[in-house]
Amino acid sequence: MCVVCGCSDNSPAHARHVQQAGGEPGVVTVNPASGDLHFGAGAARVSVPGMSQERAIKLETDILGANNRVAQQNRAHFESHGVTALNFVSSPGSGKTTLLCATIEALKARDPGLHVAVIEGDQQTSFDADRIRATGAPAIQVNTGKGCHLDAPMVAEAFAQLHSHDHAHSHDHAHDHGHHHNHAHGHGHGGRDLLFIENVGNLVCPAVWDLGEAAKVAILSVTEGEDKPLKYPDMFAASQLMILNKTDLLPHVKFDVARCIDLARRVNPAIEVIQLSATTGEGMDAWLHWLDHAMGHDHHHHDQEPAADEAALRQRVQQLEAELAKARAALSAA
Amino acid sequence: MHEASLAGGVLQLIEDTARREHFARLLELRLEAGQLAGVDVRALRFALESLAPGTLLDGARIQIDEPPGQAWCMGCAQTVAISQRGDACPQCGGHQLQPTGGMELRVVDMRVADD
Repeated sequence: MCVVCGCSDNSPAHARHVQQAGGEPGVVTVNPASGDLHFGAGAARVSVPGMSQERAIKLETDILGANNRVAQQNRAHFESHGVTALNFVSSPGSGKTTLLCATIEALKARDPGLHVAVIEGDQQTSFDADRIRATGAPAIQVNTGKGCHLDAPMVAEAFAQLHSHDHAHSHDHAHDHGHHHNHAHGHGHGGRDLLFIENVGNLVCPAVWDLGEAAKVAILSVTEGEDKPLKYPDMFAASQLMILNKTDLLPHVKFDVARCIDLARRVNPAIEVIQLSATTGEGMDAWLHWLDHAMGHDHHHHDQEPAADEAALRQRVQQLEAELAKARAALSAA
Repeated sequence: MHEASLAGGVLQLIEDTARREHFARLLELRLEAGQLAGVDVRALRFALESLAPGTLLDGARIQIDEPPGQAWCMGCAQTVAISQRGDACPQCGGHQLQPTGGMELRVVDMRVADD
């Protein structure tokens, strides 16, 4: 993919358009081959009868609309298949793949009936998908080429691949993947599938793209610096959960956990936080517990600490009150 | 560099509209990229300019408005201005803020010619 415009043309002629693109702000440079298209400001208002008919078109259309429509289709699709999809975002090297492998192994032991699949996004190589497949879980690698993020159509295609591959031998249902959803063709284990989508390692771009996931999970390792949430606020604002990974290294690095959490809550007051080490297994229980909730499994806590849940609830109440106040204000202003 | 993909999305929207509305030339395009939309306006402009040659964007005037960031401060119970996520409330200094405006990312309108 061309890194400039996102098209699939890699030819040298195409690459040249990058160089042509100087120009003054506000005016797109004119293609020399079609000089008659040149259009100075002001001249636009000169109407030449019989030659040019200008008109305005009001669009008010979301630029991400096309992606978001596919994301909504993905969401409906996941739901109809009983799949809980999570979008893992982080910078490169935060330990996403290690965490996913450790999670898959832990879930295998804890909940053998649970079906877990992975979509791996990277610019190049299938190293990560290979690591996932080594755990026995099905994985599809999506190489984005020069692209810096996964988008909803990529995930739609990868999920279709995953599904046809996987279910060819693990389940024997034969519904049409053409795809007419009647939302009734379950697998007999509603809400029992997990789909982990490991996004391209990048703390900026994936924040903007909805893939149809149930939640974004931001992973931050303690070797990266505690100020990341404030430096890359969009990602932490878009995420429901922040996992602080590699906590086993805390004695060796200068990383203020409390400050990191405080900064994350500045950009996202409702963000949940779990500290763990995917390599030692410390903190994995809290994470597996979170996954249980994400899959909509309600259960009662007796010995779990209710304080965290309560804080989250209070947070939610505050948010809703704010929304209510805003709606009231809008109503009274109208 | 996701502004490049966004520019591709803008062009797609323009081309779809051209087919639907049957116009020949795009004279002016107005976009909105809010302060809290997670988009660098300069990068977006650069991406649009790079993409322009040979497309309907070629020769068009592009205006990108940046609606200001707004948030509801839970402490003050009112709407305040913030320029980026993570900013403190300018009134109370708190961070219990819920962004409510400046997240727009859209094509507002365009001026076109039929010839």
